[in-house]
Amino acid sequence: MSILNRRDAVARLLKERKDALVVTGLGAPSYDVMAAGDHDSNFYLWGAMGGAAMVGLGLALSQPGRTVLVLTGDGEQLMGMGGFATIGVAKPDNLVLIVLNNEHFGETGMQPSHTGQGVDLVAVARACGFTSSKRILDETGIEKLCTSMHLRDGATYAEIVIGTDEPERVLPPRDGVFIKNRFRKSLGLASI
Amino acid sequence: MTMANKSPPADCDWQHQILSTLKRSGVEIIAYVPDAAHTVAIREANEDPDTTAVSCTTEEEGIAICAGAHLGGKRAAMLMQSSGVGNCINMLSLISMCRFPLLVLVTMRGEWAEFNPWQSPMGQVTEQSLGLMGVQCFRAEKANEVVTQLEGASDSAFNGDQACALILGQRLIGRKAWVK
Repeated sequence: MSILNRRDAVARLLKERKDALVVTGLGAPSYDVMAAGDHDSNFYLWGAMGGAAMVGLGLALSQPGRTVLVLTGDGEQLMGMGGFATIGVAKPDNLVLIVLNNEHFGETGMQPSHTGQGVDLVAVARACGFTSSKRILDETGIEKLCTSMHLRDGATYAEIVIGTDEPERVLPPRDGVFIKNRFRKSLGLASI
Repeated sequence: MTMANKSPPADCDWQHQILSTLKRSGVEIIAYVPDAAHTVAIREANEDPDTTAVSCTTEEEGIAICAGAHLGGKRAAMLMQSSGVGNCINMLSLISMCRFPLLVLVTMRGEWAEFNPWQSPMGQVTEQSLGLMGVQCFRAEKANEVVTQLEGASDSAFNGDQACALILGQRLIGRKAWVK
């Protein structure tokens, strides 16, 4: 079994996004999502490390009728470990936290992260009360997630195990005000 | 020993006015890290059917939750203690970079009549820290100014599109009983 390619996995998921709202953690996950095609309902983080899942939580609570996909990396999520507990208690039905796990801090020089050294975020999510927590190793798992991410039947954690390859960077817009206003406009909201 | 004031001063009605004032300002989501002086507001937020209360493990989570709520079109506010301001510093870059409105209510420690010296280093630079990260601070020192100050902070945040904090002074909160 070959290890999943991050770009292919993200592109496959986003092809099935329907009306889902997307938040990305800084670094490679933002490039992966941008490579799959820019979208008005994407909110890309370029900083605020550890905050992607919590931005997603606030969004999920304010848009309960929409699926919210947070796509981030293992390093970014490790910086927000407490967020697992916060989501587990808040119980947003429509939040899907997807961690692309390459077991490394890719953006800063591919230093090994904790997830390659015994730290199991799938178990953390399960212990914190996520309704579903799965590790995805193959395309069958991706296909299942394409469907289950739209169910909105409880907080979902999905960890996609990927390799350490670094595809060419596809940079999303980095003007935060622009990204925010564009995102809100896609929901019919004024800039202020 | 608990963190709660055993005998709150008679003029503590302001604590009951926090949630109602926030609701009048259109706030529907309250993120919080507990503090004794936020006890009433946190309880009321959890009991109120029209308010979503989110218990955070650290204050920076609440900053990001408020940003996400605004993205989705709802008003949120964050309740925290002064010691938690330091935990928020880098997350506040999210607020300034995207010019998110922000409303934070900060209960003070480490200033008036403090018993625990460990509260002082952060308490004495709370407003400066917020200011350095672009958060405008308003203060309430007396019970009868809490509502007005909170309404003003809320207007500046949500109508003026600013990052704002209401600092609830330690003298307002009252002396903390340490021996029970």
